Amino acid sequence: MTFEEIKNKAKAEWEALQKGSYIVVGTATCGRAAGALDVIDAFNKELTRQGLKVPIIQVGCLELCYADPLVTISKPDSLRVVYHNVTPEIVPRLVEGYVASDDPCLELALGTLEGEGGETVYIPELPRFEHELRLILGRCGYIDPENISHYVANGGYSGLDKALKMSPEKIIGELKKSGLRGRGGAGFPTYQKWELCRKAKNTPKYVICNADEGDPGAFMDRVVLESDPHQVIEGMIIAGYAIGAEQGYVYIRAEYPLAIERVQIALKQAEELGFLGDSILGSDLEFHIEIAAGAGAFISGEETALIAAVEGRMSTPRPRPPYPPELGLWNKPTLLNNVKTFAFWQAKSPIQDWPKSLWEQRFASLFMTSVVELLKINSLKQYK
Amino acid sequence: MITEEQTSQVIAEILSHYRKEGKNLIPLLQEVQTRLGYLPKEALQEIADFLEMSAVEVWGVATFYNQFRFVPLGKYHTVVCMGTACHLAGGRLILEALERELDIKVGETAEDGNFSLERVACIGCCMLAPVIVIKDRIHPKMTPFKVEEALIPYREEGQKESKVKGKKSK
Repeated sequence: MTFEEIKNKAKAEWEALQKGSYIVVGTATCGRAAGALDVIDAFNKELTRQGLKVPIIQVGCLELCYADPLVTISKPDSLRVVYHNVTPEIVPRLVEGYVASDDPCLELALGTLEGEGGETVYIPELPRFEHELRLILGRCGYIDPENISHYVANGGYSGLDKALKMSPEKIIGELKKSGLRGRGGAGFPTYQKWELCRKAKNTPKYVICNADEGDPGAFMDRVVLESDPHQVIEGMIIAGYAIGAEQGYVYIRAEYPLAIERVQIALKQAEELGFLGDSILGSDLEFHIEIAAGAGAFISGEETALIAAVEGRMSTPRPRPPYPPELGLWNKPTLLNNVKTFAFWQAKSPIQDWPKSLWEQRFASLFMTSVVELLKINSLKQYK
Repeated sequence: MITEEQTSQVIAEILSHYRKEGKNLIPLLQEVQTRLGYLPKEALQEIADFLEMSAVEVWGVATFYNQFRFVPLGKYHTVVCMGTACHLAGGRLILEALERELDIKVGETAEDGNFSLERVACIGCCMLAPVIVIKDRIHPKMTPFKVEEALIPYREEGQKESKVKGKKSK
């Protein structure tokens, strides 16, 4: 199948879903901790009792962690209403009120996703979103991370499609222009790593995605992987093409079992549709991704320690230089970037036709962080 | 209880899915632990033989990572998050409360085999700190008092099951 065909099929599936009613429940680890799975059970029970057939879609995190479990009820020709701190006890009321008839139960709602400036609270206008520019979180909490069609229908993999028509040098050139720096925190200019890997003579080369997020109170990588894993995969495939690698690894820490599960599903689906494998989208480009699950070691987030862990050794750092672009995994050139770096790169890279001004001014300084502890409202933010 | 024979059968079966590559060491240890609940000595030796490594290398890796255990897990494996956020929110007190309640120390398994206790670094639920996980179920915003409450259903279930077993053996 060509990319156009895949996209049209995915779009048709997405539009068919929008035509009917459906219920969305956030089931990332944060939602689950707050009891989202019990809420889903309650919905299933109540829907069967009332003889209604409404699909329940499990999405990732809408980054309103203080309001978990979050439930969105979507109806055609009506407002999408988001309910916060939902418990199994209030589920029958929601089903009776908004699914079966037309009472939106606004007293239980956090707000709505449409109706800007109307009488209801419009969620994107909450003060919590005021200082944000949501790039890689744009789809999180709206699409089903376990369904590749949702991702493709919302602009996914079009960056890869365009990248394949460009030369690797051009992609790295665009990356340089963008000023993207390593979003893991160190802020190393990303294009330099890519260029070094591209120029390295030794083969084979490897791409590694660092998802060993161990910083205190940080869970951005978890949210990205649990809510929208395909954007990371897409970023990795583009990286593989740009530096000339055929094998990638995603190193995910053991404490994130759901992220591992969702990335596994995402990889399988990407392979089935031909975004990964021996001939990507019909071209002669070959790229495979495997998951390397961590085993619980804080130090594995350091790049040389992470490489040791992927090799199956004790995860201890070694002195640098030589840096991984020269001597990395199995002493081969290795490109190692954070989850967010790959996600940012595919999300709104110049490949994706973004307004130039925004691109040049903001992209380099965009950062995503989690806000926890000591605050009454805990959430995930992506600052301008 | 799994007999030694069954253990070696399970290990042989797991080994048959893997290629002899050094990078498979951690996945192998993880799968053995998932299936058996812990890493018996024989398993470490057999993995070392399979990957053509020295046993001490395998032992080194297995003891380096927090995830691996060398005693069987309890039926209700309890994990206390000790990441920075949970630590600040009183994770230490929760751990102490659990040690007191279950009468075991971190890394141990109770004699009846029902509970085992472990500490991990950050499970990524910092907004709900302090957090514990009992048998894959996350319990948010714990206090030493809530620890006791959270354990009740598992204790009851454990007792029921041991009663049923007792009847059967009669």
